[in-house]
Amino acid sequence: MSELRLPVSDRRHLLSIPDLDRGDVERILDTARSLAATLDREVKKLPTLRGRTVVNLFYESSTRTLSSFELAAKRLSADTMSVRSAGSSVDKGESLKDTALTLAAYDPDVIVVRHPAIGAPALVARYTDAHVVNAGDGKHQHPTQALLDLYAMREALGRLEGLTVAIVGDVLHSRVARSLVQALGLVGAHSLLVAPPTLLPRGIEALGCDVSTDIAAIDAADVIYALRMQAERMRPGEAFVPSLREYSALYAITPERVRTGQVVMHPGPMNRGVEIDPRVADSAAALVSDQVRAGLVVRMAVLYDLVAQRPVRGSGPGDGARGNREVPPSLTAAPEMV
Amino acid sequence: MILASRNGTADSLALEGRVIAPKQGIDESLRIAITDGVITGIEPGDARAAAIAPAFVDPHVHLRTPGREDEETLRSGTEAAAAGGFCAIVAMPNTDPVVDSASVLGALVERAREEAIVPTGFMAAISTGQRGEELTEMVELASAGAVAFTDDGRPVESAGLLRRALQYSALTRRPLALHCEDPTLSRGGHAHEGVVSAELGLGAYPSTAESVMVERDLSLAAVEGRPIHLMHLSARESLAALDVALANGATATGEVTPHHLVLTDDAVRSLDPNVKMNPPLRSERDRAALRDGLRRGAISCIATDHAPHARHEKDVPFEEAPCGVTGLETAFAALYTHLVLPGELSLETLLERMSSGPACVFGLDEPKIEVGARANLVVLDLDAEWIVTEEGFRSLSANSWLLGTTLRGRVVRTIANGREVFAA
Repeated sequence: MSELRLPVSDRRHLLSIPDLDRGDVERILDTARSLAATLDREVKKLPTLRGRTVVNLFYESSTRTLSSFELAAKRLSADTMSVRSAGSSVDKGESLKDTALTLAAYDPDVIVVRHPAIGAPALVARYTDAHVVNAGDGKHQHPTQALLDLYAMREALGRLEGLTVAIVGDVLHSRVARSLVQALGLVGAHSLLVAPPTLLPRGIEALGCDVSTDIAAIDAADVIYALRMQAERMRPGEAFVPSLREYSALYAITPERVRTGQVVMHPGPMNRGVEIDPRVADSAAALVSDQVRAGLVVRMAVLYDLVAQRPVRGSGPGDGARGNREVPPSLTAAPEMV
Repeated sequence: MILASRNGTADSLALEGRVIAPKQGIDESLRIAITDGVITGIEPGDARAAAIAPAFVDPHVHLRTPGREDEETLRSGTEAAAAGGFCAIVAMPNTDPVVDSASVLGALVERAREEAIVPTGFMAAISTGQRGEELTEMVELASAGAVAFTDDGRPVESAGLLRRALQYSALTRRPLALHCEDPTLSRGGHAHEGVVSAELGLGAYPSTAESVMVERDLSLAAVEGRPIHLMHLSARESLAALDVALANGATATGEVTPHHLVLTDDAVRSLDPNVKMNPPLRSERDRAALRDGLRRGAISCIATDHAPHARHEKDVPFEEAPCGVTGLETAFAALYTHLVLPGELSLETLLERMSSGPACVFGLDEPKIEVGARANLVVLDLDAEWIVTEEGFRSLSANSWLLGTTLRGRVVRTIANGREVFAA
């Protein structure tokens, strides 16, 4: 392979899993796999996105998602910068719209957005010409998490079609659960949601999944996917379960509840001893580190998919026109592999 | 009660066309002569493209005055009302300051006499500051012109306070208009609890948040023998409770908004802040029940719940956006296009529920087409097609769920209290 020229998307943004079809998902996973092969080399950097700008706009704290987007952009040779709400103009009351317009003035190719409010990435997409990637908006969507989870499952189990994935825990507040159920549906896998009744949203079956309140139901699954039990769901007067102790007794993923041959996943950060027993988290069945590694290559694949073969933005004559501009052919030629 | 608007000379003019006054059993081609603001002659006329009907009455608008005159003023809000075919509107008291004292109300009535081009009534708050703690001076407020009492924007949480409000307001002979919402059930809710909220992850605002309060309020009103008006009904369970109460002889009335009659929560998939309102858009079954309730008359009035918001406050992610949409300038055309033309509702029922229905609930003068009556008329071009645009609004705000859509049927002329207040 002397040059990297893989199939890419004709979509502008990655805002939610329902924006994708099965072909999109499979293409991104295949691209991720091709990129993973390059990471085994001594020099891990590809020139593919040289001259491109990727802005990470993060309004929520995040370790793995932000670091993995930053590293993904760097591994593809893009210029990258991260803007966090703390210490920025957001602290001074700047609206999301104005922040988006400010960043758009630099003609970034991609803006990666994490925000606590549902619909924030869609708003950024409305006000900029950049490709927008949703890195998590409130309880709505976290599409790159779902894609990396599919990637890790496929690497571990060799297939996706026909798998049954039991997603256990706080489904109600989980953008991860929603995105994953939809993504699994696209590739012919089956989801089973297991949670106490108070943490199962009414109407969720419409996503095409089964629902159970009995932890024994996970026995039928190929993959057990534990969700983080968030402490803020336990505020006095707003508690969704009586206590974390009772929750753990009923729903924690313990060694006794994991059957041989099943794999266990978790989007992190884990609450050991709450939703997952430390013995399971550290067992060979756990794919948690695989998920983190998958995060890097899948996010590289997502960036590649959106921009690799499109004209570089902001490099045309300074006419101030908005939109993607034509650039000299030398810049659009497929880059050589290092 | 007082409905205030600017002084001015009454108009003399003649209107001719298909006159539809459902309450009076009129549907024929007539010529109506108006002299000094009073209908002085009704005689056979030619059929014209125009339809003429009693003008509309809106029992539920937010004019944002005092306090948020950047969003709406008495002038802009009543110009919007005139353009929508309304001859009378009733404004809500959840302003800044709240309309909870005779001095605030008196000042507002004075401003309406200077600025309002359509007669405007004001509801006063049930509780001081709408805090749900102590009753307002209802008798003094009624003398100062209050049309009714409401804490709209929020519910009367305390059953005990509501009971006392029902008892005490008997002295005023004014009804209570109730916003039914149990905040412990709606807290954190941004969309109807159902398939759409589950899929999008939006906090759920279940139907029961409304219906348990409707049931509570109806039982309290029945025990106290007092009339109540249920505002912006959205859930079929609420309507079922109203049906039971009416069958038991309650003096309860209900209103429904154009957006709850036309849209469902499916529209929320767009995450457009202009489909975010309280109560939220509900399911197809709820919408069908509301349409049925409106046809049957269990719901006797259409109310726009016109709720202007500043552009920058709506131009934010869905979850952060305030609730409410504008509606004065689009109510008739929206319902004519989406309910009457598809055969869901007769034109006669629509006209009645937008005019005499709400007037009767609040004891306002019913717009009538008869000799000797004050002229309160709307002229409609039922064939006109128009596109809803921001530039087309008289309202200072443009948070309409209909922006960019094409509507059939247009208000072309409005005569309110004997004066022509709008001509297209």
